[in-house]
Amino acid sequence: MKLIKYLIVVFFLFNFNLSSAENNNLNNKIAKNLRCLICQGQSVYDSDSQFANSIKIIINKKLDEGQTENQIYDFLEGKYGEWILYDPKFGKSTYFLWLLPVLIFMIGGAILFKLFIIKKIK
Amino acid sequence: MKNKFFSTFIIIIFIVIFLIFYKGLQNSNIYTPKTIIKKNIPIFKAKLFDSSNIIKSEDIFNKNNFYLFNVWASWCIPCKDEHPFLMKLSKNKNIEIIGLNYKDSVLNAKNFLDKYKNPYETIIQDSDGTIGIEWGAYGVPETFIISKDKIIKRIIGPINEESFLEIKEIIE
Repeated sequence: MKLIKYLIVVFFLFNFNLSSAENNNLNNKIAKNLRCLICQGQSVYDSDSQFANSIKIIINKKLDEGQTENQIYDFLEGKYGEWILYDPKFGKSTYFLWLLPVLIFMIGGAILFKLFIIKKIK
Repeated sequence: MKNKFFSTFIIIIFIVIFLIFYKGLQNSNIYTPKTIIKKNIPIFKAKLFDSSNIIKSEDIFNKNNFYLFNVWASWCIPCKDEHPFLMKLSKNKNIEIIGLNYKDSVLNAKNFLDKYKNPYETIIQDSDGTIGIEWGAYGVPETFIISKDKIIKRIIGPINEESFLEIKEIIE
């Protein structure tokens, strides 16, 4: 009997820890993907400036309200512009950035294909 | 023939990529936020300064004249520099000055206003900085000029002689 009680306590303890850790992880993940606009080369997560602290509070609030990660990014992008996001979205001004690696990869592939495979067939 | 076409194609692609990157090198990589923005003002609720009453944004910006929304704090040194300009503007009837007391203690803010006088018609409190974020503010001091529920100009940093004249030109 005692053992069961003990196990239940342990089970709850572990559960509490897990749930708060998960939330913290998401908080940190969002804060790490946001640029601290008034710092030099720091993310919101790294910085302890007034601005970064307020953003962290906002992230907490929005997560408590049940908003998703992307909704929070959209909200902050609306307020501060795309510069606040470290991970730029696919759009009019960034399509080249996203497509260039694929393009270079394909050109490289074509060169290799031509050099080795076509020559071999001949 | 086919081989020649292929190599010219590759050379052209590399030249294009080179040109794009070369052009990119000359772009300024210093980030400057836009100062002329045509955005609607955010909708928010806030605590009035030195009282427990909550005020809605619609009740603050409800008249048809110009508003100057100023983010300030007693601990902010540049706020002292811009204070005389705010005092001058507060005498102008075309503009109403609203203050956002950013991450400040009420006592310190009161002392600040007693010492330098109060240019604000209404002051709202932002103890955790979240209302500042709603406005897209970077810190203190920062000023927004509002006309018809739209932000028409924004000054990041203290108001100086130049921006003071600009504000005067806008409201007259």
